[in-house]
Amino acid sequence: MRLELQGITKRFPGVVANDHVDLVVEAGEVHGLLGENGAGKSTLMNILYGLYSADEGTIHVDGEQVRFDDPGDAIAAGIGMVHQHFMLVGPFTVAENIVLGVEHTRGAGRLDRESANEAVAELSARYGLPVDPTAVVEELPVGVQQRVEILKALYRDARCLILDEPTAVLTPQEADDLFEAMAGLRDDGRSLIFISHKLREHRAIADRISVLRRGKIVGTADPRTADESELAEMMVGRPVELTVHKEEHEAGDVALTVEGLTVLDPDTGKALVDDVSFEVRRGEIVGIAGVEGNGQSELVRALTGLHAPDAGRVDLLGTDLLALDRKHVLRSGLGHIPEDRNLEGLVGEFTIAENLALNLWDAEPFARGPQLDHRAIHDNAVRAIDEFDIRTPSAETPVGNLSGGNAQKVVVAREFSRPIDLLVASQPTRGVDVGSIEYIHGRIVEKRDADTAVLIVSSELDEVLALADRIAVIHQGRLVGPLPMPVAKDDIGRLMAGAHLQDVLGDAEGER
Amino acid sequence: MSDQPVTEPTSPLARIRGLIDVPSILTTFLAVVLALLVGAVIVAIADEDTVSALPYLAARPADALGAGFSAAVAAYVALFQGSFGSLNAVSETLVAATPLILTGLAVTVPFRAGLFNIGGEGQVIVGGATAGLVGFSLTGLPAVIHLPLALLAGLAGGALYGALPGLLKAKTGAHEVISTIMLNNIAGLVLIEVLVTGLFQAPGRSDPISKGIEESAALPVVGGGFRLDAGLLIALAAGAAIWWLLTRSTLGFEIRAVGANAVAATTAGMSAARTTVTTMAIAGGLAGLGGAGLILGAAGQGTVTPGFASGVGFDGITVALLGRGKPWGTVVAGVVFGALKAGGRTMQSQTSTPVDLVLVIQALVILFIAAPVLIRALFRLKETSEATKGVAAGWGA
Repeated sequence: MRLELQGITKRFPGVVANDHVDLVVEAGEVHGLLGENGAGKSTLMNILYGLYSADEGTIHVDGEQVRFDDPGDAIAAGIGMVHQHFMLVGPFTVAENIVLGVEHTRGAGRLDRESANEAVAELSARYGLPVDPTAVVEELPVGVQQRVEILKALYRDARCLILDEPTAVLTPQEADDLFEAMAGLRDDGRSLIFISHKLREHRAIADRISVLRRGKIVGTADPRTADESELAEMMVGRPVELTVHKEEHEAGDVALTVEGLTVLDPDTGKALVDDVSFEVRRGEIVGIAGVEGNGQSELVRALTGLHAPDAGRVDLLGTDLLALDRKHVLRSGLGHIPEDRNLEGLVGEFTIAENLALNLWDAEPFARGPQLDHRAIHDNAVRAIDEFDIRTPSAETPVGNLSGGNAQKVVVAREFSRPIDLLVASQPTRGVDVGSIEYIHGRIVEKRDADTAVLIVSSELDEVLALADRIAVIHQGRLVGPLPMPVAKDDIGRLMAGAHLQDVLGDAEGER
Repeated sequence: MSDQPVTEPTSPLARIRGLIDVPSILTTFLAVVLALLVGAVIVAIADEDTVSALPYLAARPADALGAGFSAAVAAYVALFQGSFGSLNAVSETLVAATPLILTGLAVTVPFRAGLFNIGGEGQVIVGGATAGLVGFSLTGLPAVIHLPLALLAGLAGGALYGALPGLLKAKTGAHEVISTIMLNNIAGLVLIEVLVTGLFQAPGRSDPISKGIEESAALPVVGGGFRLDAGLLIALAAGAAIWWLLTRSTLGFEIRAVGANAVAATTAGMSAARTTVTTMAIAGGLAGLGGAGLILGAAGQGTVTPGFASGVGFDGITVALLGRGKPWGTVVAGVVFGALKAGGRTMQSQTSTPVDLVLVIQALVILFIAAPVLIRALFRLKETSEATKGVAAGWGA
């Protein structure tokens, strides 16, 4: 289906979210939509899906002008959307979710489960999206849940499929599977709109890329020929450093010592973190790479006082961190950027100023006795907003209104504004736009150069490789390394997949 | 195993929180107006003259409509006279408002911590009983010592009884809505039992009624024939203290953080469990003070009886909802419901409209507050808050 958006404009109080956007998506095309957080991608797609109505502009489907007052209209016109947060009923089966709302019944409102299961199985086979129609959705991995969402749209005969940041929740392997399925749908003559702010992914799947910045289309590009730094510049509006600039820096004394750290799964007794030992020195960045779900979350939680490990020792400059509760762990010189900023890092409805004081709320300078010092909290926020380039109308804006990159800067600013000896950063740039990634990486390197010990845990291998002075790999709870950089990306990849260190290094020796 | 929830979880509690957060002052006010209008229609329909005029409604519609209209006007005039029409009416309004403010605050504070305290009634009962116990057991003390002691006993009794469901939640995860409801029943039933023990029972009585409190434990009254007592000052001071707690104190910051995002609060080094217990103890203390006022104040008989709480703990939920989870809003809402209560009595005695209308109006107010969309549609208000929400949710990529 050919889709044509003309002059779409959408204003919110104080903001023009979409400013005369023209976009043409041809049949049989994967159209990439690239843009920073807050560039207006989601608003545009919500207009196309009938969730918002545009203030100006027209939508044409196969040359015919259409008007969508609600998603029902859009679905009827053949538009399907896979939201970033899935719209599934957890306790229902795959087939039940897919037919929900358009289900077949046999007299007296009895659900025709068999025909639903058959239809889903048939659809699943046709488009190479393997699912078990009778599986309960909430027991499925995220990647499969996403397939259910896609099948749901296809079951409603979507000829244009919108995928809003579909890869954000996927492992690299799952993302590859998704791209394969997307290619199949394209070859079937359907059009797809693919939203992501990862340039790499657009190159892998998109036929054409439109770049959105501050609500406007600032250009289109051919992903086969486009240059990454050009695209990044188009997206951000200024030249962007895609590599991290890092000078040599001499590591100092040992700051963090971890010995025999073990965390068991309380249900199964299986080791989630299995006898992990390593050290981090002052003035060095140790990176931990690994496919998500291999124990890195549990490792970080145990290190930072959020979960008591079953065995082991954690020592920060002579302080036994395991003897302290979370509050005192944070106050004995440990800074922590948690992996999920919206869930763990920030209180969405609190202001930026309050969030910047969140983990020192009852201490100097933010409190005097039992009373908050609102002036100190506000002044601190004004300073941090300026110093950390947080783009916000004011210090009293709720953090929930900020884009991902700016919200993450609030977390970074909070941890960097107090004296710390060790920084533990989990997924420090997840869901963050290119410009903010560059900025946050720069600040982390700065912290290292100021002789802070830094531990980076990330499932983005490129990020770990770019930042780390020494790199370790975690696989099924076991840690390999840290190895001094440089280490070949391929070798790290093999370790992430569970290869033995001797084998990997032995091969490397052999190649030399 | 899925590593992420399939859908955004919307817990019932989040909905309740949304309920108190969403309405603006304007929609709250309009909800009250609308409730009064619907109440008027109910009065009109139930009026005897209207009913007798109904058979010839088609022929002479003015009869029925006129009768209904005058009945509604008469009811509301009486309602107003009974609540604000004279100094004594104002006094009665404030007397009725005093416990409502306190039990309203006892719901407001937990709201902000993400907790729903249904246990106000039980906390009122325990607070009133302990205050009464101190009020009649200790003798020969000067009022400056005895009264504060009795009030403190009410506060402490309520606080302990409030802390209990907090502790159950923190230690075992038992939902506070269930446990507080159960504790209400336990408090009510145990009260009847203890009232017939030697500790409480008035000499020479066989029914459950306590001894009368000492003069030195009674709350001072303004005098001049008015029943208004110093309990109002306590309620207002409590409102001020809770305002300070929630907006100015480090503990309030903790309470609000835990209420808004318990995981982030824990990650920041706060203890969600401790905050839960503390919050529920504060709530219980407030309700306990309300109970103490009922026993030690001039409006009470100076004795503890089985039904003395008479639902003020439950009314507190309505008051907190109307007060939109804000301390001062709760104080104002307490006065509004106090006025309805005081005026309702006058309305019943002067017109044929029963006092139950007040309950209907209370229920309607909450119904309309719970449906802000309806209010906005009826009064054609712009959805400003919704539009900005759209920015927050949709604009961020």
